[in-house]
Amino acid sequence: MSKMRYSGFKVIKEALTGHKGWTPAWRDPEPQADYDIIIIGGGGHGLATAYYLAKEFGQKRIAVLEKGWIGGGNVGRNTTIIRSNYLLDGNEPFYEFSLKLWEGLEQDFNYNAMISQRGILNLIHSDAQRDAFIRRGNAMLLNGADAEMLTTDQIKARYPFLNTDDARFPIKGGLAQHRGGTVRHDAVAWGYARGADSRGVDIIQNCEVTGFRIENGTCLGVETSRGFIGAKKIGCAVAGSSSRLMSKADMRLPMESHVLQAFVSEGLKPVLPGVVTFGAGHFYVSQSDKGGLVFGGDLDGYNSYAQRGNLPTVEDVCEGGMAIFPAFGRARLLRMWGGIMDMSMDGSPIIDRTHIDGLYFNGGWCYGGFKATPASGFCFAHLLAKDAPHPTATAYRFNRFEKGLMIDEKGMGNQPNLH
Amino acid sequence: MIIDHPLLGPRDAAEFTYMGDAKLIDRPDWQSDTAAQDFYEYGYLRDNPAGWHEELWFHEAGDRSWLVVTRNTVTHEISKVELARDVARAKGRSK
Ligand SMILES: Cc1cc2nc3c(=O)[nH]c(=O)nc-3n(C[C@H](O)[C@H](O)[C@H](O)COP(=O)(O)OP(=O)(O)OC[C@H]3O[C@@H](n4cnc5c(N)ncnc54)[C@H](O)[C@@H]3O)c2cc1C
Repeated sequence: MSKMRYSGFKVIKEALTGHKGWTPAWRDPEPQADYDIIIIGGGGHGLATAYYLAKEFGQKRIAVLEKGWIGGGNVGRNTTIIRSNYLLDGNEPFYEFSLKLWEGLEQDFNYNAMISQRGILNLIHSDAQRDAFIRRGNAMLLNGADAEMLTTDQIKARYPFLNTDDARFPIKGGLAQHRGGTVRHDAVAWGYARGADSRGVDIIQNCEVTGFRIENGTCLGVETSRGFIGAKKIGCAVAGSSSRLMSKADMRLPMESHVLQAFVSEGLKPVLPGVVTFGAGHFYVSQSDKGGLVFGGDLDGYNSYAQRGNLPTVEDVCEGGMAIFPAFGRARLLRMWGGIMDMSMDGSPIIDRTHIDGLYFNGGWCYGGFKATPASGFCFAHLLAKDAPHPTATAYRFNRFEKGLMIDEKGMGNQPNLH
Repeated sequence: MIIDHPLLGPRDAAEFTYMGDAKLIDRPDWQSDTAAQDFYEYGYLRDNPAGWHEELWFHEAGDRSWLVVTRNTVTHEISKVELARDVARAKGRSK
């Protein structure tokens, strides 16, 4: 078990002694025959769940089963934006809880995740949008989050190159959340993995779950590419693969899997201090510490498990970028990729028990699940340990669609590609 | 992706709007005793398979016909394209 603590002092010491003292950040254990709790999926949510189970809820004998390598899924593919600027009661307390956990995370798990609260700015281009954003800002304030409406002059001071005079979609102001920002996404997976491993969690990579052993309505364990592994409780956190995995337990989910693409330009000198979203099209952008512009837009819009998108969406996203930042057209696109989103029917997630005893589910994160990682892990751990939902996640139930209790931020209805 | 439209020939998928699983053609009977449950399942639950999938595409920027496209969600390969009207009529709808 890796007990080594990282610190500035340690870095200097290792630099002077030839870097011979670093040890692997987590072990590579063989799976045991059974565990108290198995988490399926070594993405951000699965690893965070295992970490909080061990650290906050005193659970033991925990394993995370990952079919590939940890961090190879969406946690390592997203555009890394964190924020808590939601409108609805079922969501905002949860996302604000998550943002608070982000704020203490690096100290908590002793890992540099490059959490940067550089602020997020949602631009406003019409009167109706201003009304909607004022309402949203008020909902945020009511839930203890920060929100500030900015005038065009205030925006101009921070982003002087934005055209506030005669653009096709004139900028009329913006909603800012100064505590929002970006994170080094891989480091989140690695930090949680290391923190979980040091508390005894077995992180088992190259171990695909291929089925569930269910007898008399109780789940007794999982069939995997490395044999059967038993467990008292099993938590599924496989994001875009949710329907695929849960179909092995004969469940149909309120979800479609869709591909979302991300884009990175060549490295530029610092030009964009925070995260900016365009309100007249779908485009969001930040600048990484290496200088690349990291941006994205809409889903491709059709069911996909391919982890790669198509060219019409590339064009659409770049057009959105050009509409608001014409200067960025000079930067070359360096790379782009896709990830598979678990798009739910109302755009909000599920953290709940299934109808099968011992089988628990976490998914439906759509393309906003990265910011949710700490709270999702915490709340799922709470549910697994105590069999009761965490107070900030009480609305994330399976039965909300049946009961008409949808949490539909955008009011789009049951059309997953529109959320 | 190129969708080989039965009437218009090969068209760029960007002309279409994706409308979900073609099972949505099988609208439940609103007079059935189990209608509430049936409509919940119809409206909200999906198979969402990895592999071949029959799905509805609406030719929004074209002739505005609805198509049933059989497409592989793992490779994006398209094996069959039919007019949704023909598929629905073959199932006995709108006689
Ligand atoms: C391009 C893109 C941009 C995004 N941008 C943002 C953003 O800016 N802000 C934000 O908040 N969110 C964003 N998201 C969404 C966010 O990344 C996801 O919602 C979140 O990462 C999902 O949770 P996860 O990290 O646990 O998923 P993943 O990392 O995908 O973890 C799931 C894991 O389960 C494993 N798995 C699957 N099936 C099995 C099996 N049968 N057995 C064992 N293991 C299995 C997979 O290999 C994978 O490692 C973005 C996503 C993408 C793709």
